[in-house]
Amino acid sequence: MALTLFDKVWNAHVIADLGGGAALLHVDRHLLHDLGGGKALAEVAERGLRVRDPELTFATADHVISSAPGRTGGAHDWAQVLVDSLRLESRKAGVRLFDVGGDEQGIVHVIGPELGITQPGTLVVCGDSHTCTNGALGALGFGIGASEILHVLATQTIEQRKPRTMRARFEGELPKGVYAKDLILALIGKVGMAGGVGYAVEYAGAAVRALGMEGRLTLCNLSIELGAKVGMVAPDETTYVWLKGRRFAPQGAQWEAALAWWKTLPSDPDASFEREVELDAGGLAPQITWGTSPEDTIAVDAAIPAAKPEALEYMGLAAGRPLAGTRIDRVFIGSCTNSRLSDLRAAAEVARGRKVAPHVQAWVVPGSVGVKRAAEREGLDEVFLAAGFEWREPGCSLCVGANGELVEPGARCVSTSNRNFVGRQGPRARTHLASPATAAACALAGEIADVRRFLA
Amino acid sequence: MEKFIVLDATAAALPTPDVDTDLIIRIERCVRTPRAEMGRWAFEMARYRADGSEDPGFALNQARFHGAQILVAAENFGCGSSREMAVWAIAGMGFRCVIAPSFGEIFYGNCFQNGVLAIRLPAQAVDGLLKTLGAASAPARIRVDLPAQVVTGPDGKTHRFDIDSLRKTALLEGLDAIGMTLTREAEITAWQATDRKRRPWVWL
Repeated sequence: MALTLFDKVWNAHVIADLGGGAALLHVDRHLLHDLGGGKALAEVAERGLRVRDPELTFATADHVISSAPGRTGGAHDWAQVLVDSLRLESRKAGVRLFDVGGDEQGIVHVIGPELGITQPGTLVVCGDSHTCTNGALGALGFGIGASEILHVLATQTIEQRKPRTMRARFEGELPKGVYAKDLILALIGKVGMAGGVGYAVEYAGAAVRALGMEGRLTLCNLSIELGAKVGMVAPDETTYVWLKGRRFAPQGAQWEAALAWWKTLPSDPDASFEREVELDAGGLAPQITWGTSPEDTIAVDAAIPAAKPEALEYMGLAAGRPLAGTRIDRVFIGSCTNSRLSDLRAAAEVARGRKVAPHVQAWVVPGSVGVKRAAEREGLDEVFLAAGFEWREPGCSLCVGANGELVEPGARCVSTSNRNFVGRQGPRARTHLASPATAAACALAGEIADVRRFLA
Repeated sequence: MEKFIVLDATAAALPTPDVDTDLIIRIERCVRTPRAEMGRWAFEMARYRADGSEDPGFALNQARFHGAQILVAAENFGCGSSREMAVWAIAGMGFRCVIAPSFGEIFYGNCFQNGVLAIRLPAQAVDGLLKTLGAASAPARIRVDLPAQVVTGPDGKTHRFDIDSLRKTALLEGLDAIGMTLTREAEITAWQATDRKRRPWVWL
């Protein structure tokens, strides 16, 4: 029988059929973060259990730590308690921690792939819904809840129901000013934020094959905003070249053996999907959200639709008017969606030699220490600083505000993150999701702007 | 985990689609509020006015919904973030059952981990329940019978629902998922031994 990429990776992890459509799956990689990691590890011990496979478990501090230059942990006592707890409990359980101040700290979904912890065909879980990001390498990654974290720590397994499969094809070639973020926002706009509920999505087509690894990570990252717990891209030469030599990637003969298996993973040519959607990448303009759901997406040069009056009221917008030209207060370039080197390069290309509008506070928060240093080696930090952006320390920061960094009530922020929900970036904060290049263009213009006029 | 068998209780209606878990419980509460107090902060952005008083415009603040143990909600309820605190917050408000046409998948799974029964019913059936509850002038009851897999609305109409057998048994018997899986330790060990030969590069 012809199988999909998803089927193959799923099948490779089934320990037991539990009946009723459920299976017990092996977890190859479990990532913990500071929001609940310390507490989960402590609770396992309190229940008289043990962390079954600590060498397959990795921890990092990202959600509650400050992103302020020079930070050493949380900016508040309540945050520091969580960081300290993660440190203590990781040490006690023998779990590897990528700590604040270390070379490998970063946002959990940035460092997993970056360090080669995530590999094609691995099953990756983390107590964070954006674990779907890892699917970009052909891994099966999904977010889990607090109870499931304990289950994974104690048993190295997870109980799951097999989802249906959907293939989203992006054909054509990306026009200037259009990036992976625009592709996925356009798809969410097309099928809706519940369109993927119950599915594992595979992204395919010429535009996906042409994307670099980091663009694919962005694409898979927003699968959950489509309602899908899982998003995947078939591994190919782009994946292998990107992965080779990374710290936890297989070496030598192991690499060759792994490669042979990885090459069997892509969906069989005659595999069928329960749902197929297609989008012409070549016809896309830069996308930006106008409402309080990622599905509220329009081309940056389009008019605000007459829909969802509550969302329009919350966002302080009027239907029928152009969104471009709307004055903004903040810009956030960062998050597990768009904080990698190629994202920063795209934003820097726009910002180079220009100035952030005086009334705008603009932040760049690299996704990891690795990204930050690589960007600094290229001088991107200087480009941003010269333009008036703040160059900050790696973490989740303004995407979710778990560390106390917030957008002020009523303020309008163009953000490269993943959620424009009511209150997501702070009570009454107004969020517009966009690509890093569009966010940079908006920072310079001081208003919502079409990045294409900044690109030669 | 607390058992769930039959629940005959007051029901509340929240007809807004795509209620996300950020809306159900703010991130600050996840970080700083003890679990036992989370119920008070469920839906806080919609539920309370700036002065801390209840906003009468928020559906669940209506007097006839007070003390409800069953929540009828709209499409894609609990989408977004994986925070299990969203379930703790709803359970903290007193809800033991949520009925909707569809759920955010991680939220749906989290419900069962906490003895909260999440029921998917066809959109038409949920619409009917939302309308009946919305139009009621006094508290209205819904009966949820898990062994029979039947929801009986305030109007007496019955709706059969699907639930996978594993989750049903776990709720009926109040089983602990970790304890259940630990009984399979030998299978896990055997699987890992085989996998070490099949995919040695995965093992660190």
